Parts: sequence; structure tokens; C-alpha cells
Amino acid sequence: MATETTKAESKPVETVTVKVDGVTVEVPKTTPDWQGNPVPTTILQACKQVGKEIPHYCYHPKLPVSGNCRMCLVEIGMPAMGRDRKPILNEDGTPKIQKGVLPYDPSLPRGAIACATPVAPNMEIHTHSDNTKMMREAVLESLLINHPLDCPICDQAGECKLQEYSMEHGQAKSQFAETKVAKPKQVDLGPRIMLDAERCVLCTRCIRFSRDIVNDDALGIVERGSYNSIATFPGSRFENNYTLNTVDICPVGALTSKDFRFQMRVWFMKEAKSICTSCSTGCNIVVGSRENKVYRYEPRDNDAVNACWMCDEGRLNYKWVNREDRLTDCIIRERDGNQRKVEWPTLIKELSERLAKAEPGSVAIIASARASNEELYLIKLLADHFQAITDCIPRQGESDNFLVQADKNPNSNGARVLGVAFSEMGIQIARIDEGIESGKIKTLLSFGENITRVGIDDAMIGKLDLLVVSDILGSHAADKADFVLPGAAHLEKRGSFVNGKGRVQKFQKAIEAPGNARADWEWLRELVIKITGKQPADNLPGLFNEMSASVSAFNGVQWKDLGDLGVDINI
Amino acid sequence: MSLNVPQTLEAEIDELITHYPEKRSASVMLLHAIQEHFGYVSKEAIEWIASKLELKPINVYELVTFYPMFRQEPAGKYVVKVCRTLSCALGGSGKLHGHICSKLGLDSRKHGLQTASDGKFSVEFVECLASCGTAPVMMINDDFYEGVSHERADEIMGKCQ
Repeated sequence: MATETTKAESKPVETVTVKVDGVTVEVPKTTPDWQGNPVPTTILQACKQVGKEIPHYCYHPKLPVSGNCRMCLVEIGMPAMGRDRKPILNEDGTPKIQKGVLPYDPSLPRGAIACATPVAPNMEIHTHSDNTKMMREAVLESLLINHPLDCPICDQAGECKLQEYSMEHGQAKSQFAETKVAKPKQVDLGPRIMLDAERCVLCTRCIRFSRDIVNDDALGIVERGSYNSIATFPGSRFENNYTLNTVDICPVGALTSKDFRFQMRVWFMKEAKSICTSCSTGCNIVVGSRENKVYRYEPRDNDAVNACWMCDEGRLNYKWVNREDRLTDCIIRERDGNQRKVEWPTLIKELSERLAKAEPGSVAIIASARASNEELYLIKLLADHFQAITDCIPRQGESDNFLVQADKNPNSNGARVLGVAFSEMGIQIARIDEGIESGKIKTLLSFGENITRVGIDDAMIGKLDLLVVSDILGSHAADKADFVLPGAAHLEKRGSFVNGKGRVQKFQKAIEAPGNARADWEWLRELVIKITGKQPADNLPGLFNEMSASVSAFNGVQWKDLGDLGVDINI
Repeated sequence: MSLNVPQTLEAEIDELITHYPEKRSASVMLLHAIQEHFGYVSKEAIEWIASKLELKPINVYELVTFYPMFRQEPAGKYVVKVCRTLSCALGGSGKLHGHICSKLGLDSRKHGLQTASDGKFSVEFVECLASCGTAPVMMINDDFYEGVSHERADEIMGKCQ
């Protein structure tokens, strides 16, 4: 905070004085535009900065201004100028204000669109005057003329700007006696997007997003007048990897997600702040769930990471959480194939007894760079105790020049700073394989990875004295393991990741883990206590703070410092 | 399927593009040139124009759907345009249009260009043809006819072979 104040003092912000609803306020002369460049502050931005929200459809802070929906019309007044180009003053010395009126009927207001009109010195802005309300009501009525009003079956219901503004500015009765224009419905725009052109208010947010943010000029407005509708070129599909963002920014129910439509009413869902785990970008998300079932991911604003966007691939990568082959039981298996389902205390007790016999240097740990920092910290404590050789399994894929990173692990940097993996992730795997082959490594602990992926086959497993597998989904290794520990998906627990750029971000729990599956940090902590005698904190924030204090890269950052948006560390 | 644009037409189009500070501004002129040559603007033509102007096909497609004068299907050999704007409407162009349609077996209430089943005539009810003093007026391809009575229309169309 202190540094911010100094900054503000050293570089005074140029301001403009305007009057909003009769209150004189100072607003900055410039405000960042959609690309972050300073441009003259608009009426809409100025009002927002003083806490007055002006209704709008087409304006979006991260898209170029288009000014087509007219919903943000406000009544304004400007200082009247005399012939000498000096302000005309009232008797009390204040500038005389001239309100904008229609040239052909001065009894009617001439509004200005707040999204595209810059503020000027001594401008008077009326966000709630009778004239402003009148203009707003007229615009809303016009937008609703051909709207089907099918809210009961519309997926946008509950988070729809048309509904919200109708509540505030709409009329209970329709004056429209004519027949509504029929427009295309259930238009298959692309693999993930469905359009209902009748619900569309033609704000062009989707067109601008695709053209200006994703550089895929795929959408346009075809036909004309009342028949205008959003479309792709015949035969082409709207199918870039970011199409579902248009569903988020669509202010009405015109663009719907094929994955989410008709699945759940939005007001029934519980929301949890989380992080997308599909790559190392770590896009901030909101997870919508009901009765322990996840229905959707939506991006959450974070200008330091993903602005307000996320890729379609990451957004739809949640269904595996409900998969049939989830591990839900604690299993102890004898070498003759007999197995027992046990409860956690029995498993931890027997496992720690077995592990206590392991010779230092004979243990290898394959952890996952999808595990949280807190889990990797506890794994590192175990590794240090056994002088174990550790690594994680790299996951490489395609990257793009927007949000998608080639590293598909969400916490590679966490694994690196905690010393579980190294700059080149997976470099130790060959040594682990050799150790198993040569008989030097007798105990293998696999946390959250399928070790068969890195060439550890049945013959090698047969050479081990002890194989411990903890995972979320079943695998061949889990079928062979002496101990199986059912883990929790990131949606089912709390924790933190370090993303590809070194930002520590936390995620909250959205749903409960199935069966006996448990947040990994809880049972890892019990193992650490039994085996090493250390006493790590018994709650997640405490564990994070303890880790932060002992690992220099975290620089003492506290759990509470992470907030919703995370903190950058030096990686 | 790609569009087979003759060299002379392509040269004409390349020259047209130079009239504008931005390539995109030439879109409508290119559409006219293409429609004049091919008789209509096909999907392939839209793609050809878009690549010529360094645009995406949707940018050109928007224009084609916006302007009624561009057609996406081939028209008949003779395109009859009957004026529907005020002076001609007062001069009986509605009846004239109806007469021509019924003669060709077409529905006069339908919007847009219609082509008779023999493919010889297409009829369109269009906005002002700029000869308000001699209503009702019509055009057949590039020829202009003023003060057109039903009989005169029959006679003119009869001469079209």
C-alpha cells in the first residue's frame, strides 16, 4: 500500500471536474481502454468510478467500443458558451448549463451514449433524471419488440441483462400489437455454440470478441433491418478454441453453450472460486455446481492472468471428476492378490509400519505436477526423510499465442520450487527406472500419476517390495499396488498452484469427494506425522504459511495475502 | 470448386481496387463487377472477392445479404424490374407487377427476385428507378421503359427472345 501512495504522489493524475447527479466529482482525464491504453474517460467509465452503474449491452470493458445498443443513453448538460467563447455565468457565478435537446423539438432531451462520449470539464451527467429514464425505457422497449420473451426455457434466465433492465426500466404491458419477426432459432454456429437469433439484441460483442481478441473474424451480421442476425459464412463453423467466451459476454440468451444449455437453472448453482488445471496458465474460474455435481466452469476476472477469458478446452475439462472409474476405497492388497477394503486410520497405520522398514535411499517418489503446493510440500518432507529420489511426469501439448500453454501441468513451477521436480521435469524418471531394474529401489510411492505412462510395467512392479499408489482415477498401477489411497480432484479440496509465470493462486473447494476419497494433504499430513515425527499444521492455510516460511521462493507470502487473484513470486 | 475469373475481368477488378485508399472499400464495386459477368454472386465468388481484398468471406457475405440488388442464385435471361416507389405506386405499378407475375405464373406477394419456371424471365419489385414523371416505369436488363401499360408490358416482353 505504501508504495502505491508514493507512486500516486510522484505522478499526479490529471483530472476533470464533472457533476454526476448533482454531486461534483473529480475523475481522471484518461482511463484505460480495452487494450489498456489511456484514452479520454467516457461518461460510463466516469460514472462507474464514482459508483454509478449505467445500464448497457454492447459496451464491454475488454472489447472495442461499438456504441450500437443505445441502452447507455443519459441526459447531459454542458456549460453554455457566449459569443466570446467564454462560459456564460449564472448570477451566483457558476457556469450556466445548457442541456442537450433535440433541434426539431427542444422539449425532448437529446441524450448522449455514455460508452462513447468523453467527459468534458463541468459537464453535468444525469444518470437517473426523468429524461434519462424515459430514454432508457424507450430503448429497452425497442429492443424487446421482437424478443420472444421465452425466459422460462432460456438458459440465460437469472443472469440476463434484458431481464435485469426490464425489472428496473421495463413496462409491465406491451404496446406492441403487431406480429413479431420470426428469426432463425437453434442455429448451429459451431461445435460448442448454439444461436437463437430471436433473443439477440445485435450488440456485436461476440463479433468483436472473435475478431479483435481471438483474431478469428468468423462472425458477422447478415440480412438487414428487422431480419438482421448473427451468422457465420455458409459452410464455415465458429470453432476456434475460445468460442464459449461469447456465451459469457452475450448479455442475453442468444448464444448458449451446447454443453450447459438446458442442464441447470443458474440460480440453483453454488459457486466456488477455483483455478483451471488444464495447462500452466492457471486461468481463474468460477465453478458452478449443484448437489455435488459440477455443471460448468466460467472464467473469473484476473487481469494478471486471463483477463476475463478462458479456452474452450479447459472450460469443458471437468467431466472426468464424475467418472465411473474414480478410486473411492482405501485398499490393502497382499501379493497373492487378496485385498481388503479398509478405513483411513487402518491404512495409514499399516502403511506407515511398512514404510518404516524401508532403507534410506531405497525409496523413489513419483509425484504429480497437478498436486497442490501444500501436498507437494508434505511429499517433500517424506522424500527428505527417506532420502528418496523424486520427480514429476511432464505433460507437453500444443500452445497458442493467447492463453494456452504447452505445459499441461497446472503446478509445474510449484513442484520445482518445492524441490520435488527439477528444471527439466521428468529427468529423474530414467534413474528411477534403472534403480528399480537394478534392485536398488525397493519402494515406489506414486502420488497422482499413472506410472505405467513412464514405462514402469508389471515386471518392474514385481521387483518392488512395496508399491503405494494414490490417484484420483483407477489405473493399471492402482490395480497392482500394495496400498491404494483414493485422492481428491482439485474441485474437491483447497490448495494453491504456482502457474507458468510464477503466480501463486489458491483454489477453493466446490464439491465433496466421492466415497472414501479424501483431500490428499489431509492423509499426507498423517503419514508425515507417523513417519517423520514432524507436526505440520492441521489446516490448509497454516500448512501454506509453514511451507512459505521454509521455502525461500515463496518469500514468506501468507495464505491470506493470496486473496482471490494470487501473488507473483520469484521462480 | 473455385471461380474461373477471366484475365480481362481480373485486370478490371485489380484496377478498380486502386480507386480506393483501403482495399475493403472496393467490396461493393467488385460484387457489381462479378455479378455483371457471372449473372449472380456465388459462394465461390464471395470467397474469391474476400481473398482478393484480404478479408474473410463473412465480411463480403454481410454485404451480399444486405443489398437486395445482389443475388446469390442465377436469374432468368431477362430480369424485369418494376418500380414500387411512391410515384410509380400511385401510377399503378402494383397492378403492373401483379400483371407480369400472373402472366409468368409467379406469386406477386413474394419478396425478392423470382424466376419463372422456363428460366427466361425473372421479376423483381424494386425501389425507385428515377423517372418519377413517367410512372409506372420498369427495366428489362439494362433497357428502360416509361409509362408502361399492361398491354405495353406484354408487347415489350413478347419481343424478348
